[in-house]
Amino acid sequence: MSNRTAIATRAPRFATLRRLLSSPTGGLASLAVAAFVIAAIAAPLVAPYDPNAINPINRMQGPSAAHWLGTDQLGRDLLSRIIFGTRTALYIALVGTAAALGVGMAMGMIAGLGGKVVDSVLVLINDSIKSLPLVLFALALVTIYGASIAALIVIIAISMAPGYFRVVRNQVLVLRSADFVIAAQSMGASRLRVAATHMLPNLIGPILVLIAMDIPAVIGIESGLSFLGQGIQPPKSSWGNMLSEGYTYVRQAPHIAVAAGLPIVLSTIAFTFLGESLRDALDPRRAVRR
Amino acid sequence: MMSYLVRRLVLGLLVLVVAMLLLFVLIYAVPGDPATIALGPRASEAQKAFFREQMGLDQPLAVQAASFLWNLLQGDFGTDILSQRPVADLVFSALPRTVTLAVAGVVWAALLGVPLGIWAALRPGTFIDWVIGLISTSVVALPAFLMAIYALILFSVTLGWFPAIGAGDPGDLADQLHHLVLPAFAIGVAWVGYIARLVRVSMLETLAQPHVRTYRAFGVPDLRIALRYVLPIAVVPVISVLGVGIGNLLSGAVLVEVVFSRPGLGSLAYDAVISRNFPVLLGAVVVTTALYVAANFIADTLIAWLDPRLAEKG
Repeated sequence: MSNRTAIATRAPRFATLRRLLSSPTGGLASLAVAAFVIAAIAAPLVAPYDPNAINPINRMQGPSAAHWLGTDQLGRDLLSRIIFGTRTALYIALVGTAAALGVGMAMGMIAGLGGKVVDSVLVLINDSIKSLPLVLFALALVTIYGASIAALIVIIAISMAPGYFRVVRNQVLVLRSADFVIAAQSMGASRLRVAATHMLPNLIGPILVLIAMDIPAVIGIESGLSFLGQGIQPPKSSWGNMLSEGYTYVRQAPHIAVAAGLPIVLSTIAFTFLGESLRDALDPRRAVRR
Repeated sequence: MMSYLVRRLVLGLLVLVVAMLLLFVLIYAVPGDPATIALGPRASEAQKAFFREQMGLDQPLAVQAASFLWNLLQGDFGTDILSQRPVADLVFSALPRTVTLAVAGVVWAALLGVPLGIWAALRPGTFIDWVIGLISTSVVALPAFLMAIYALILFSVTLGWFPAIGAGDPGDLADQLHHLVLPAFAIGVAWVGYIARLVRVSMLETLAQPHVRTYRAFGVPDLRIALRYVLPIAVVPVISVLGVGIGNLLSGAVLVEVVFSRPGLGSLAYDAVISRNFPVLLGAVVVTTALYVAANFIADTLIAWLDPRLAEKG
């Protein structure tokens, strides 16, 4: 992100949104993300079956008119489980990212507005967190704290916070010497006021882009840990759980794993493109340059 | 340049120490008896006592932190609770396999990603640029373990081209390579996209510079300019991203190993989680963190050598 972007004059209210939706990839990505959100919210209405209804006679059936994606080893409808799994995935993604954002932003603000020593210490701490190998670190924590949604969210918050820390800190350092901030300070505005009213609005753009880019990573972490049996615990449906079950029956019924992987593929692609398009929409100059 | 490298080295070591302290805090912040929690409810009293003594749980906290750090930095990760073997032995015997897998993954990704990035950068705004951009953005966030499962289903379960399990016969190199193909493929997929995008952007930036225009004015062919003068500058960001990305790469490798039941750090850690063998996990985390710090230092050194201007700037 260039320094110019941070201090760019504000565009008309919905210009960014309009630019986002008018680009083909941005529009499609937004549509796909919206579909996932709707599926998560309205899961009981959209899902054709009860995701936990066991039906041993119909176990491990391939895709058919009755079960579009087939059934799993207990005869449960895969599509319904995927739709309910969307709830889990988006919930973890939302809460985990929000926690990471909160932690990272607080640290970034303190580092950017505080003294040099505070800044160096916080940068060091964040660099250290980044140096920890995510999956192994997560497994170590899960061994101590036990596998639970709370543990998952803590892991995500810790490991994703440095990304937000860096964006916020760097932007704050740039904004600190911007004319309008100096003007506010010289008029007696407190540090908190400067941070809240003058810096925060300028941070929203880059943070939104980072959130969209981070959600696929969070989905990857959750499904990876659930795949190892250390994330979401069955019978709660999560895409990673389903993959793990599908993996167990990969020779008898490969369609289970294939189906369970589809939402992961689609959602990561959708969020990545959303992030990319959002970045272009927020910085039209960049889009033109490309 | 020397002072730059010394500074990076000191910083790297500091990062390592702070990371270890963070681990300490997270481990010791847990409510309840750490021995019971780390070893699980099924651990015997003798095992717990052994663990307490080994971790120095009866000492004051500051002493515990200091000895925790000191032992780790010396490469002493304690003893495996189950086999009574030093954890360092287990981790260091598993590590080369995982590193081999990760390197294989990133090498094929670079071999495909770099040319794709160059191709796109030489034809900006064309259909081919658009297609390469679309594909590389699509794959960039795909989890490696999912690619592993899909590759397993397609190429070993359905087509039977490649083996599904293990790392191959230890004495048979061809067999080992045969076993390496699918896991390395799975790890590299996302990196192809990542590298292609990175190379494209930095190629475009370099191509726009005045010295490149001068080459053009002198009639040097485009491809020669791209490969001889632009690429060496344009790959610099790839090196630094690889340094930072090694953590990601190894995390991917860990999961992919579990999918293919390959021996290595991933399988070691996975078994350790199942048997609640905490010292082994701690050892794996510490060694991988050290590897990350080392990789970043190597990347910094390479960059300083390739582009001395960056080192001057610090």
